[in-house]
Amino acid sequence: MTSMSPNASGAGPPFPYAAPTATGQTWTTILTKLGPLIGLSFVVGLFSVLTYNTFFTLGNFELILRQTAVVGIAALGMTMIIIAGGIDLSVGSAIAVVCVTVALLLPHELVDPGTGARVLTGGIHPVLAALGGIAAGIMIGCLNGALTTGLRLAPFIITLGMMSLLRGTAQEWANNTMVYPRQVGFLDELLQPIDAKHLWLLTPGVWLMLLLALVVSGVLRYTRFGRYIFAIGSNEQTARLCGVPVERTKLLVYAFAGALFAVAGILQFSYLGMGDPTTAVGMELDIIAAVVIGGASLAGGQGTILGSLVGALIMTVVANGCSKMGWPNSRQLIVTGVIIILAVALDRLRHRKRTAAE
Amino acid sequence: MEGVRKTFGATKALAGVDLTVNEGEVLALVGENGAGKSTLMKVLSGAHQPDEGRMRLGGKPYAPRNPLDARRSGVAMIYQELSLAPDLSVMENILLGMEPTRGPLVKWDEVRQRASAALAQLGRSDIPLDAPVSELTIASQQMVEIARAVAIGCRVLVLDEPTSSLTRPDIRHLFDLVQRLRSQGLAIIYISHFLEEVKEISDRFTVLRDGKSVGGGVTRDASLEQIIALMVGRDIQDLYPRSPRKPGEMVLEVHNLVGHGKPRWAALQLRCGEVMGVAGLIGAGRTELLRCVFGLKPVKEGTIRVAQFSGYASPRQRWRQGMGMVSEDRKREGLALNLSIADNLTLSKLNFLVSPAEQRRASSNWIERLAVRCRGSQQEVGALSGGNQQKVAIARLLHHDVDVLLLDEPTRGIDVGSKAQIYRMIDQLACAGKAVLMVSSYLPELLGVCDRIAVMCRGVLGPARLVSELDEHQIMQEATGAAVAENRP
Repeated sequence: MTSMSPNASGAGPPFPYAAPTATGQTWTTILTKLGPLIGLSFVVGLFSVLTYNTFFTLGNFELILRQTAVVGIAALGMTMIIIAGGIDLSVGSAIAVVCVTVALLLPHELVDPGTGARVLTGGIHPVLAALGGIAAGIMIGCLNGALTTGLRLAPFIITLGMMSLLRGTAQEWANNTMVYPRQVGFLDELLQPIDAKHLWLLTPGVWLMLLLALVVSGVLRYTRFGRYIFAIGSNEQTARLCGVPVERTKLLVYAFAGALFAVAGILQFSYLGMGDPTTAVGMELDIIAAVVIGGASLAGGQGTILGSLVGALIMTVVANGCSKMGWPNSRQLIVTGVIIILAVALDRLRHRKRTAAE
Repeated sequence: MEGVRKTFGATKALAGVDLTVNEGEVLALVGENGAGKSTLMKVLSGAHQPDEGRMRLGGKPYAPRNPLDARRSGVAMIYQELSLAPDLSVMENILLGMEPTRGPLVKWDEVRQRASAALAQLGRSDIPLDAPVSELTIASQQMVEIARAVAIGCRVLVLDEPTSSLTRPDIRHLFDLVQRLRSQGLAIIYISHFLEEVKEISDRFTVLRDGKSVGGGVTRDASLEQIIALMVGRDIQDLYPRSPRKPGEMVLEVHNLVGHGKPRWAALQLRCGEVMGVAGLIGAGRTELLRCVFGLKPVKEGTIRVAQFSGYASPRQRWRQGMGMVSEDRKREGLALNLSIADNLTLSKLNFLVSPAEQRRASSNWIERLAVRCRGSQQEVGALSGGNQQKVAIARLLHHDVDVLLLDEPTRGIDVGSKAQIYRMIDQLACAGKAVLMVSSYLPELLGVCDRIAVMCRGVLGPARLVSELDEHQIMQEATGAAVAENRP
């Protein structure tokens, strides 16, 4: 009876929907699509002007890409989760678990509790160790997914619990110390700096990030699974009405994301060269921030892989630029915080425009 | 008080309503679902402001800016859903928001005294003042709510469907109370679907239809038939095309269906090439029936057979079995508003690999065939008008090429042009051998579109009868409980 239709009262052929909103819609679409890129150009431009000599160099850009890889790959998984209307606070801990798992699977020294002597134990091929790490990540993701769908609890609470649980697990497994593996094989080289003459070749980890970004982007756009993710995040009830297996899809999203978090964990291991159970503390916030800066909506149903990668880059550029400026870490935190709030405010504005348009 | 009078201009929901109620009088406000009763009451209680028209209360202009304002002026509403604080005591609830105080302290003696006076005025001193409201029966809670209105000193009391959740003896009590308040000089506006009640309780009645007051008079002088004629009377134009249809084989059979809560009992049979309607009042359990059949709501007992598939199934399986459903709540369930038309349209029928180009092509085809007004298949559904949104929701079923269509209020809140298109679409589907099961609160539409209609009343589905054997009057009688449904074996 209180019809939302602008032409509800008119009989005969309906006239075109309200035209005035059309321009607003186009504008917001442009902002949504290009917002993160504009933001990235802005911070790059800013730091280029402020510290041209040290910031605006090929070497520094290569460094920035390398520093982005871990957060960037994890952000791919987080983007899927956030588009589906979920959240995962346990990423940082999951990365630590994977990092320790990989180290434990590789040949490493162990202190024999009886004699106190150091013994070399374990030892499978680095490829298998990496696969083991990925298996651990998938299992963690499945657990997160099963708990949120099975208990019908908010993923925020579940993954908050998992954050603590997984961190503890990583520390238990590592016996509350570092795990130093021998014979790391190729796992050592994933994030290694490239020979200064061939900077453009990029380190394997960065290639991995770009490749996975293409894969995830394709999954989101060109598979039924991907479209289901958007549908669930946009309106779970509609998804159910249309026969989308909501629970199964959510579980798969967490599992898929878990695999990506595991890859991030392997890169983190590669960067550290050891299994550190206390690594990546607080990294979940960087990852979520990257996704949000990239234009995803925490309400679900919206988000892009390109956006999230750009978001991750913005975070690294800010960190890198601040250090080039010689600013203390404190100021870098402040700048990052301002950027996150700006990005969310923009998201809010976009939503308000949409509801106004309706 | 000389009465309330008001006229509204060309709003969508209210297009000119005149209404007068005198003190010491019960005025019944009747009308079909969607006739504008609730909107009118929202205006009266200050929740909405009228675009045009005036209201006067006791001779003075009355223009409440919000519900609180209205209450202060002496206009109190009792809604179907009660608005009590369940954990507070009866007396606290009665004086909520107007507790007598001395400084920061509540004067509990006076609270007790005024609350008990209010209950005494209702003749219900038996309700314990100190009990938490949540421990009372629904009927007693309603009394507390009315006592609150009395304690404020209201002059106009509006009761919106007050008997819908009451048992028979409680209804009796409520009627006694209404008489009592009338004799105390209150003006009472009584809104109800149940015409028998209206006949019994009211002095005068006013009928709303399509947002207008179309008639009224002294209740004693009017027969039920006359009231119903006023409620439904309108000329049906060529809005409803009906081509000759040939019912084919049985595609949907429901036996002894009982859900959790509603439906309390339902059975129906639907053939290919047939359109069946389910009539009834809001809350009769029609939506629940469709949801049970489609697997969105658990079934307690009974059997459902869709084509060659028997047994309960999830919505996912129902789609595979060739059944699709359009939700009554377009915005919350029917469509994912911030996804594109293409995504919404193809969601139920995606292959493992999705080709956006194919999605666009399919959507553009439907957009053209159904004349959906939009900027293209990639536009967000939320940006479309209601009628066009609904066309997208229905197009999903057409794209999936289902054999059985469950349509829940398919024309709710959309413009006449889109309605006509949807009626045409339903006719074409039936001619093409599809089966349609349609719930609607708009009787002319059911009579115009359907081959057979079954009436649902208080959770029980009556037998389906040919449209030629039915008229609005009869359906109204069954739906309002005036005729007892004897379908139950």
